[in-house]
Amino acid sequence: MVKKILAYSYIYIILFLMYVPILVLIAFSFTNSTYIGEWNGLSFDLYVNLFKDTEILVALGNTIIIALISSVVSTCLGTLGAIGAYYSKKRSRAIVENINQIPVVNSEIVIALSLTVMFVFLGNYIFKENIFSFWTLLIGHVILSVPFVYLNVKPKLSQMDPSLYEAALDLGCSPRIALRKVLVPQITPGIVSGFMLSITLSLDDFIVTAFTRGPGLLSGEANIETLSTLIQAKIKKGPIPMNMRPLTTIIFLVVLLAAIIVTIVKNKNKSKVKMRRGRVG
Amino acid sequence: MKLRFQRKYLCIPYFIFLILFVIIPILLIVYYAFTDSNGFFTFDALVNFFSSTNKLNVLLVSLLFGVLNTVICLIIGYPIAYILANKKYNSNYVIVMLFVMPMWINFVLRTGATRDVLSWIGLSGGEHPYLATMIGLVYNYLPFVILPLYSTMLKLDRSQIEAAIDLGCNRYQVFTKSIFPQSIPGVISAAMMVFMPTMSSYVIPDVLSEGKVILFGNSIYLNYSNYQWGDGSFMALIMLLIVVISMLVTRNFSEKDEGKASTW
Repeated sequence: MVKKILAYSYIYIILFLMYVPILVLIAFSFTNSTYIGEWNGLSFDLYVNLFKDTEILVALGNTIIIALISSVVSTCLGTLGAIGAYYSKKRSRAIVENINQIPVVNSEIVIALSLTVMFVFLGNYIFKENIFSFWTLLIGHVILSVPFVYLNVKPKLSQMDPSLYEAALDLGCSPRIALRKVLVPQITPGIVSGFMLSITLSLDDFIVTAFTRGPGLLSGEANIETLSTLIQAKIKKGPIPMNMRPLTTIIFLVVLLAAIIVTIVKNKNKSKVKMRRGRVG
Repeated sequence: MKLRFQRKYLCIPYFIFLILFVIIPILLIVYYAFTDSNGFFTFDALVNFFSSTNKLNVLLVSLLFGVLNTVICLIIGYPIAYILANKKYNSNYVIVMLFVMPMWINFVLRTGATRDVLSWIGLSGGEHPYLATMIGLVYNYLPFVILPLYSTMLKLDRSQIEAAIDLGCNRYQVFTKSIFPQSIPGVISAAMMVFMPTMSSYVIPDVLSEGKVILFGNSIYLNYSNYQWGDGSFMALIMLLIVVISMLVTRNFSEKDEGKASTW
C-alpha cells in the first residue's frame, strides 16, 4: 500500500512538473498583463485579440496547410513504397530499407542543411534562380515524415494473410483492384498511424522549415511563416507574445481531445481483440 | 511490349524520391566539406575544425550535454515506465497518454514557456545558462524516454521476476539480475532517442541560455548562416559520423523500429 502511494506520488509529481510551463501560459491567458507573473485581474481580452492578430492567424493557417499536404504526400509515397518493397526481391528491399533508415536516425539539422545545400546548388547551376518556395518546404517536410510512414506500414504487411490477395486474383480481380480492395484495407491501421505521425512531425518541426522555406502560401511575398518559426523569431527578442497565450489554451484543448479519442480507440481495439480471442478459445 | 503491372513497381517513385532527396544531398555535403569556393579539393574545413579550440570545445560540450541529458532522462523516466507498465500499480492507459501529450504541443512554444517560467522563478538563462538549458532539454526529451521504455516494460517476463524472488533474490538482486537485463533494449532505444537529438539541438539551447550555450546544432546553423559552407558541411559530416558510430555500437541491442514509430 505504502509502495503504491509512493509510486503514484512520484508519477504525479513528475507529470505536474512537465505540465507547469504550459499550465502557467494557460493561466495567464486569462489576464492582460505583458509579463508572465503579474496578474492584472481576470480578462478575456487576449482571446479577442488573438482573432485579430493576422500574424499569428497566417502562421497557424500555413502550419495546418503544410501539415495536411505533406502528410497526404508522405502517406501515399510511403505506403506505395512499403507495398512495393515488400514484394520486391530481398536485395532491392534491403537497399530501400537501408536508405529509408538514414533520415530516421539522421539529425534534423543535417537533413535540413543537406537539402538546403542541394536547393541552392540547383538554383545556382540549373534553374538559374532562387527555387526556395512552398515546394522546397514541402519536400523537406515529406522527407522528415515519409520514413515513419514506411515503418508503420511495413509490419502490417507482414502480418496480413497473403492468400487473400491470391484469392482475389483467382476470382477474377485485376491486380489493381485486388490491391485496392483486398490489400489496402488490411494495412489501413498502419497507414492511419503513419499519417497521424506525419502530421505531428510536421506541426512540430522548426529546423527543416527554417532552412527550406521560401515565399508563398498565406504569407504571400514574404517567407512562409509557420507557428514554429514565428514563435522562435518572437521569443528570441522577448517573452512569448501575449496573444500566443490564448492560442496555447486552444492547442492544449485540441491535443487533449485527440488524446481522449486515441485512448478510446485503443481501449475499443483491446476489447475487440479480447472478444475475438474469447471466441476462438 | 506493354509493361505488365507488378506490385513491386509501386516502390519506384519512393525509391527515386529517396535517391533525389536523401542520397544526393548527403553526397553534396561531402562535396562541399572537401572543396574550396573554386571547387578544388581541399582539407581546409578539416584542418579548421581540428585546429580550432572553439569548435572542439563545442563538440566536447555537446557530447557532455548529450550524455548528461540521456542519463538524467533515463533516471527519471525508468521508474515511471516501470510503474506505468506494472499491472499492480496501473492498468490505465490514460496516464501513459498524459506523459505523451506534451509531445504534441509545439515544441518551440513549450521551450519558450519553459524559459518564461524559469525566468519568473529567478532561473533566467542569462544568469544560469547551463542549468536552464539542462532543464529545458530534460523537459523536452523525457517523453521520448518514457515511451520506448514503457513498451519494453510491457513485455517483461513476469514469471522470471517471480522465479527470482522465489529463489531468494532480494529486491536489489531482482532488479540487477532480472528486470534491468530484460529492459536493456528499451534503455538503448531510449538513449538513442535522446543522445543524438540533444547534441544537434538548436532551439532549446539557443532560447534557454539566451545564446550563451552553443551546441553542435547551433554551431552548424551559425556556420551556415555566415555562408561558411565548407565548415558547416564538415561539421554536418561529423554529426553524421557520430550517428553512424552510435548506430553500429547499439545495433546488437536495440529492438528495431521502436521509439518514435510507436507513438501511435
